Amino acid sequence: MIHQVETPIVELHDITVSYHKKPVLWDIDLTLPSGSIIGIIGPNGAGKSTLLKAMMGLVELSSGYVRIFDQDLDQVRSRVSYVPQKESVDWDFPASVLDVVLMGRYGKLGLFTRPRKADKEVAMECLRQVDMENYAGRQISQLSGGQQQRVFLARALAQEADLYFMDEPFAGVDAATEKAIINLLKSMSKQGKTVVVVHHDLQSALEYFDWAVLLNLRLIASGPVNQVLTPELLQETYGGKLTLLAAVGDLLTKKEFPSRE
Amino acid sequence: MSMNNILEFLSLTDPNVRYVVIGSILLAASSAIVGTFTLLKKKALVGDAVAHSVLPGVCLAFMLSGVKNPVYLIIGAFITGWISLVLIDTITARSKIKEDTAIGLILSVFFGIGILMVTVIQKSGNAAQSGLDHFLFGQAASLVGNDLVVFSGIALILMAAVWLFFKEFTVIAFDENFARSIGFPVRTLELILTTLTVLAVVTGIQAIGVVLMAAMLITPAAAARFWTDKLKVMIVLAAGLGAFSGLVGAYISYVAPAMPTGPWIVMVVSIIAVLSFFLAPRKGILFRLITQRKFRKQMLEENILKLLYQLGEAQGSYYQPRTIEEIVARRPFQMSRLKKGLRNLNRQGFLKSTEKGWAYTRAGKRKGQRVTKLHRLWELYLTEYLRIAPDHVHEDAETIEHIITPELERRLEEKLRYPKLDPHQSEIPYPKL
Ligand SMILES: Nc1ncnc2c1ncn2[C@@H]1O[C@H](COP(=O)(O)OP(=O)(O)OP(=O)(O)O)[C@@H](O)[C@H]1O
Ligand SMILES: [Mg+2]
Repeated sequence: MIHQVETPIVELHDITVSYHKKPVLWDIDLTLPSGSIIGIIGPNGAGKSTLLKAMMGLVELSSGYVRIFDQDLDQVRSRVSYVPQKESVDWDFPASVLDVVLMGRYGKLGLFTRPRKADKEVAMECLRQVDMENYAGRQISQLSGGQQQRVFLARALAQEADLYFMDEPFAGVDAATEKAIINLLKSMSKQGKTVVVVHHDLQSALEYFDWAVLLNLRLIASGPVNQVLTPELLQETYGGKLTLLAAVGDLLTKKEFPSRE
Repeated sequence: MSMNNILEFLSLTDPNVRYVVIGSILLAASSAIVGTFTLLKKKALVGDAVAHSVLPGVCLAFMLSGVKNPVYLIIGAFITGWISLVLIDTITARSKIKEDTAIGLILSVFFGIGILMVTVIQKSGNAAQSGLDHFLFGQAASLVGNDLVVFSGIALILMAAVWLFFKEFTVIAFDENFARSIGFPVRTLELILTTLTVLAVVTGIQAIGVVLMAAMLITPAAAARFWTDKLKVMIVLAAGLGAFSGLVGAYISYVAPAMPTGPWIVMVVSIIAVLSFFLAPRKGILFRLITQRKFRKQMLEENILKLLYQLGEAQGSYYQPRTIEEIVARRPFQMSRLKKGLRNLNRQGFLKSTEKGWAYTRAGKRKGQRVTKLHRLWELYLTEYLRIAPDHVHEDAETIEHIITPELERRLEEKLRYPKLDPHQSEIPYPKL
């Protein structure tokens, strides 16, 4: 059940990604529709984060190419925003909440230009949208997990992009924060923005997303959420059918085969 | 080292002294500034490896050119410093050897070769005149003439570069993937930062020496981190600490010319770091110990007041004096601490001492009652809202009763709707209006 889209906002053409010669994504052919909230779903280690990184050009591709807005990523970077897993940074870094949100303006500012007053105002406005304006001066080491997540969201909002990639924005947040975040994403999508979200909880997936992508080392399904979240496809994603693929991957590391000649 | 000596030194009347002082301050401050980012990027060990790896380059430059020209030496240092970095990267990427092992390996091999070359040069009888032996442990006083101009020049370039790249370095140190996602040339920026690190090491080889240069890079920043959570303040503070220790090094060089300066400079900055570790607010150990002691004292005093309240409750009279025996019979306080607590409470006006024992003042009773109330409210909250068994809630309430703020107290009361009884059917006492 892999639905291809006519005029996709993101197009992956035959992507393979490997770490130390071991492929963790195999031959992904994927197109995503614009203006929707898209969930990427799969078990731990399925390659969800890697898929986002591949779309953002943060990992080397063993094969294939990515097109965004039907262009090369480098041409459209200012319209794309990436929110890493919040565990990927050291929150003991000497910075305030506002400092981090201001980083969202750096892409627009370019090199060597310092943030101006207008950028600070945009940053404050973004903090307000995630309900964190009272924390602007707070040290980031003194935030809870949910607050860290909101700060990352505010930074993404400050980028004023059209396409957002978010790696597990709901991880480690309470129900109220989760609700606030999803409402924010929904209002963004109403403004015509596209949001791609890595997500873990199947229960809420049906309600949150317009489009779902099931992933486990390979692409299992991609399409409107109610057609994708079926028992059979979920079984295929979470069931043990892929042991063969994993075993071959292991073999490739051990034998040091090139994954592409 | 008389007082006169210090005054003469500090007055900077001797132009030679002036140059040495300016040079030492500049290069210690600039390496501390660059080192702030080395530390934040968690590359402290790499800095150490580079510092040791510049030695063979310096020696080689001297052997090939036959003169001690700072420009040649810097080029030599720069080349081997860079080679060591490339090798560490290659070993880590291409083999199963982990980064720390690779660093240790490269550091010892390069430094070993460097020492060997120093020995060879010394044997050739050229060393004293070249002053090459100073490159191991540094000699600030030798920073004169050409050397001073070149090393100070580099120090200024370093500072300017960090100022220029401040925003870029900050974002790659905090969140490299994000920096890449907004199209910043992360590899180039890292290359620049690494180059600055190597240069910072190079500026220090003459005054501080290769052995201890890494400490000069990292220690001021590490000390500064204890005092502040703001990156800009941290950089300025690190520079200040670096500059101060550089000044001390220059002074040592002035009064004891035979003494190597590197160890002195590093010792000063290390003492500052250790003091910061103990004394700094919030992060320092001493501060934490004091806070803990304060809290323990507060707990003891509140527990005494609470106990007197319970005694009063049991006997229906709150203001009656209680002997120490009565108190201990109800709750086994440690005797010395109990007496100290009672004396403190007396001094603060919560208790008064009478012939028949210790008695509440009005303020004392009010406070004892509040703690009792908080204890019981919290027990009730735990059983009602968290569904914890009534016989499990006491321990928790023993701590929480001391930290609940008046706002939380009000919220707790409202949430539980001013209950009358706690889970053990004891009355929850409210102040009479
Ligand atoms: N930097 C790396 N080096 C080597 N292997 C990696 C690296 N990053 C990820 N992997 C491996 O690639 C596979 C996919 O990882 P990825 O992080 O993309 O999974 P994920 O679906 O995001 O998992 P999770 O739900 O746990 O976040 C895993 O087997 C992981 O061990
Ligand atoms: Mg992940």
